[in-house]
Amino acid sequence: MDEKLKGLKDSDYDFPHKHLLGLADYSKEDILYVLDQAKYFREILDRPVPKVPTLRDKTIVNLFYENSTRTRLSFELAQKRMGADVVNFSTGSSSVKKGETLKDTIRNISSMKIDMVVVRHESPGVPHFLTRCVNAAIINAGDGAHEHPTQALLDMFTMRTLYPDLTGKNIAIIGDIEHSRVVRSNIVGLLKLGADVTICGPRTMMPAYVNELGANVSHNLDETLAWCDVAMALRIQLERQEEGTELFPSIREYHQTFGITMEHLEKYPDFTIMHPGPVNRGVEMDSEVADSDRSIILSQVTNGVAVRMAILYLLSGGTRV
Amino acid sequence: MNTVKIMSAEDLNRTYVRFAHQFLEPHDNPGQLALIGMQTRGVYMGKHIIEIMEQELDYKPDFGVLDVTFYRDDFRTRLKMPQVRVTEIPFDLYDRDIVLIDDVLYTGRTVRAAMDALMDYGRPRSIKFCCMVDRGHRELPICADYVGTKLPTHVQEEVRVKVKELDDEDAVYVVQNAEEDEE
Repeated sequence: MDEKLKGLKDSDYDFPHKHLLGLADYSKEDILYVLDQAKYFREILDRPVPKVPTLRDKTIVNLFYENSTRTRLSFELAQKRMGADVVNFSTGSSSVKKGETLKDTIRNISSMKIDMVVVRHESPGVPHFLTRCVNAAIINAGDGAHEHPTQALLDMFTMRTLYPDLTGKNIAIIGDIEHSRVVRSNIVGLLKLGADVTICGPRTMMPAYVNELGANVSHNLDETLAWCDVAMALRIQLERQEEGTELFPSIREYHQTFGITMEHLEKYPDFTIMHPGPVNRGVEMDSEVADSDRSIILSQVTNGVAVRMAILYLLSGGTRV
Repeated sequence: MNTVKIMSAEDLNRTYVRFAHQFLEPHDNPGQLALIGMQTRGVYMGKHIIEIMEQELDYKPDFGVLDVTFYRDDFRTRLKMPQVRVTEIPFDLYDRDIVLIDDVLYTGRTVRAAMDALMDYGRPRSIKFCCMVDRGHRELPICADYVGTKLPTHVQEEVRVKVKELDDEDAVYVVQNAEEDEE
């Protein structure tokens, strides 16, 4: 019985944000509040009717200027689980091909009376720009190599299912640091929560300002895995591996140096494996590693829906546009 | 601001004892009965009632916790979103006789939301509603099956049910000309 009564105390935390542009704008308290609230949204997904009518008066547009399967599905599912009306927009089938500017597109969409915009774009800062164009709540679903805050929130949510307090926990992020917006959001968020973060990867995949990120830097996978509680491997963006632009000699060599193998799991029995997806099996990690009981990649995906529901809920206050 | 104590800890306890007996009274098969406490103070009321059932009647019904935030109808009029709290119903509602427990019955909107929420969990055989204070001013066609006390109030007044676990005492107060609207 007492178990149930945990978290029942009234707390009047005043969530101060209208948008989610990046975790850089969110304080430690804001992040913890979102993650704590997300627990209750996670429970909805296990109900016989996994749907609530909370946002049934809201209309949300998903504005995806870049390809995405997981994030878009996750957002759309979160929106529908909360009862919102959802409109999807992707560049392939839209007037962007006819040369319409971003500002015109968003102002037109906004004239159709929408409440929230989820945006992904290849240019950093687009979500910030949109907040100046329309009166709707803006949620960043990835802008260039800048931030991907909902991914970092779901990663932290998943880590907290293992370690309720992340203070002093050792988190390793392994792979292509330079091109990853997931890393940036994760480093910002994890450091705010007091975790110790090490980024690990080949020198060619480290950004120039690597020491300013606030994370430890390592180029030795074994050392990193021996140290960490959670190892998050990042996707190697194979589409960037064209001739003349290679960041490493071969995929095989990358796997030998930075791929997580079954031998690593045996040698270092304590760390848990995460991955933002999609996994290149046999590159970032062995196929068996991804499917092992040390991997919590699939619960990351489930948690992603819950975390996005919480964000949609918290940002849906206020008056209609 | 003028505060009047309407019920003491003793009064509340006597009422809990009455509820415990009343809940079980119509049941030949008490396994059918389950209690659901509504966030936040209804949960503690439910807990008290179950303690009494266990001690005096040697029966412990299933107990769940319900938060109706997701089903409220006042989002459009709000600037800040209310905090969401735990919902945990660890048993199947199908064919059960449910007693919903809340502290104050006022407009009836919370009860409406709770019924919607319960229907999404399953199809109970019946739902009854129990409150400590019925203060009137209903806005929906809803009434309580078990009432601690009926208290005619003015709209400007506020009824506060206090529980030891959260407020350091068990009591019911009426606050006159409260500045903030009660939820």
